[in-house]
Amino acid sequence: MLSQFRSSTRLAAMEPETMPSPILSLEKLSKQYPTKSGPLTVLEPTSLTVGVSELVSIVGPSGCGKSTLLHIVGGLTTPTEGRVMLDGQEVTGPGAERGMVFQAYTLFPWLTVRQNVQFGPKQRGAKKAEREELADYFLDAVGLHGFRDHFPKQLSGGMRQRVAIARALANSPRILLMDEPFGALDAQTRTVMQELLLNIRSKERTTTLFITHDIDEAVFLSDRIFVMTARPGRLKAEIAVPFGSDRSPDLRTSAEFFQIRAQIYDLLHSEGQAVVDAEIAAGS
Amino acid sequence: MATILRIQTKEAATLRPAARRRSPGLFQLGEDIPRGAYLMIAAASFLLPIALWCFLSYSGRANALILPTPTHMVQAGIEMYRDGDLLPDIKISVTRIGIGFLLSAVLAIPLGILMGAYKFAEAAHEPFVGFIRYVPVPALIPLVMVIAGIDEPAKILLIFLGTYFQMVLVVADVTRQVPKDLLNAARTLGSSRLQVLFNVLLPATLPGILDTCRTMIGWAWTYLVIAEVVATSSGLGYSIMKAQRFSRADEIFVGIFILGILGLATDMVFKIAQPRLLPWAEAQRS
Repeated sequence: MLSQFRSSTRLAAMEPETMPSPILSLEKLSKQYPTKSGPLTVLEPTSLTVGVSELVSIVGPSGCGKSTLLHIVGGLTTPTEGRVMLDGQEVTGPGAERGMVFQAYTLFPWLTVRQNVQFGPKQRGAKKAEREELADYFLDAVGLHGFRDHFPKQLSGGMRQRVAIARALANSPRILLMDEPFGALDAQTRTVMQELLLNIRSKERTTTLFITHDIDEAVFLSDRIFVMTARPGRLKAEIAVPFGSDRSPDLRTSAEFFQIRAQIYDLLHSEGQAVVDAEIAAGS
Repeated sequence: MATILRIQTKEAATLRPAARRRSPGLFQLGEDIPRGAYLMIAAASFLLPIALWCFLSYSGRANALILPTPTHMVQAGIEMYRDGDLLPDIKISVTRIGIGFLLSAVLAIPLGILMGAYKFAEAAHEPFVGFIRYVPVPALIPLVMVIAGIDEPAKILLIFLGTYFQMVLVVADVTRQVPKDLLNAARTLGSSRLQVLFNVLLPATLPGILDTCRTMIGWAWTYLVIAEVVATSSGLGYSIMKAQRFSRADEIFVGIFILGILGLATDMVFKIAQPRLLPWAEAQRS
């Protein structure tokens, strides 16, 4: 497995291999919030595209507007300017074709695990048999079939996020939007969840836009990574991750992995410093 | 194996002085204490006042007209029951609470949810409620009597006024506290706004609403007694007033005792019903 990416040690940034046709494109998206002391820019005009079956990550320091960007794509926040196009159609609000997984636990506590996964199909009026088939399939995929009649309060954090992923996938979304989905989990569980996500992606090939501040996570999961600046956020660099789709856990300890990791670390380090400096300046 | 053993003995050796250290006892902020100790303290909190009461009354240290003996109280209770007033009084009081509280809940729960969910509903109702809830309910009694007379509607109206304005605000708060992410998640799963309201917001408020009802029914008991003490010729509050007029301390005690037990019973009903009605909810309070 290791040999596969060794053969392609082409560690070049900004040099995407055959670019898959985009299904999502952000066109000069920006966001300002009005405040007492004038408008606050959280996101400067940002453009990017995501190709079919790609996993694209956005990493950036906290408060850089990466979550805002994802919420705009999800239709939960309206951009000040610019637009989001999905399959050539402009996004105007939330919709089932853009499934979302949040950092906070958002399972519906009054529904069992299986009912949670059926929620989306039920909203669109799918028949019971179809719903149950979907739920069983995706609960199998996340390894929680044995917990299908449990309530969320009986599950650990990692299990809850597994169900949240299954619930989003049961809608067969065109794109999966993940907003630091493993951010609240402990380090070990997070690693397991990342491997689970790769595993699911090897079967489902769902196009994914992934937000994180964890560099390792971004490198391990992504086909391409965008690095954002501190607020006001804009894209600072684009890095292609040449590891292909078949990745094993020992990829994490390979030299190539560390090289990309170091590259992103350098890009982010000055931004992290900028955030701290700005906070101190604002406080003094 | 040998090394493991050595480690164990070493551990035991270092543990021994720690075990000898004085136990931290009962004064640890927020820490659990042994269950036996908890139960003993809880029992004492009940038994001590009773013991004090027995001591003061049986020894004759207290004026029997003010503090009857437990025996007298029980005898008075049996007497009241035989006279045939006690059960009808309990029944009428419970009915008043039931109707007053139900009316208030039927209005406050939907309106509170609307206020919590929609800013226009909040703007339409909250300032008014915020004002009126600071008016002490007893101050409304004359007005209630002018509007509703002194019969049943007056008492029910008073219980309604006492609970509605608190309840509608708490329900609105419960609704506002439903995590925004939960509603957002539903939107990204394809729910329409109306589907979010009925399939997500409503069920999400249920534990808080049940909890609110539990608190509010306690308030309802308070306003019931206020209503019955002021103007009525039936009910537990009236029976206490009547006993006072005839200086029957034993009968006053019977009335208070029954009110306490009924209040505790309603609270227990909620406590037992909660995990059965909403088995999915996180435990809220004991």
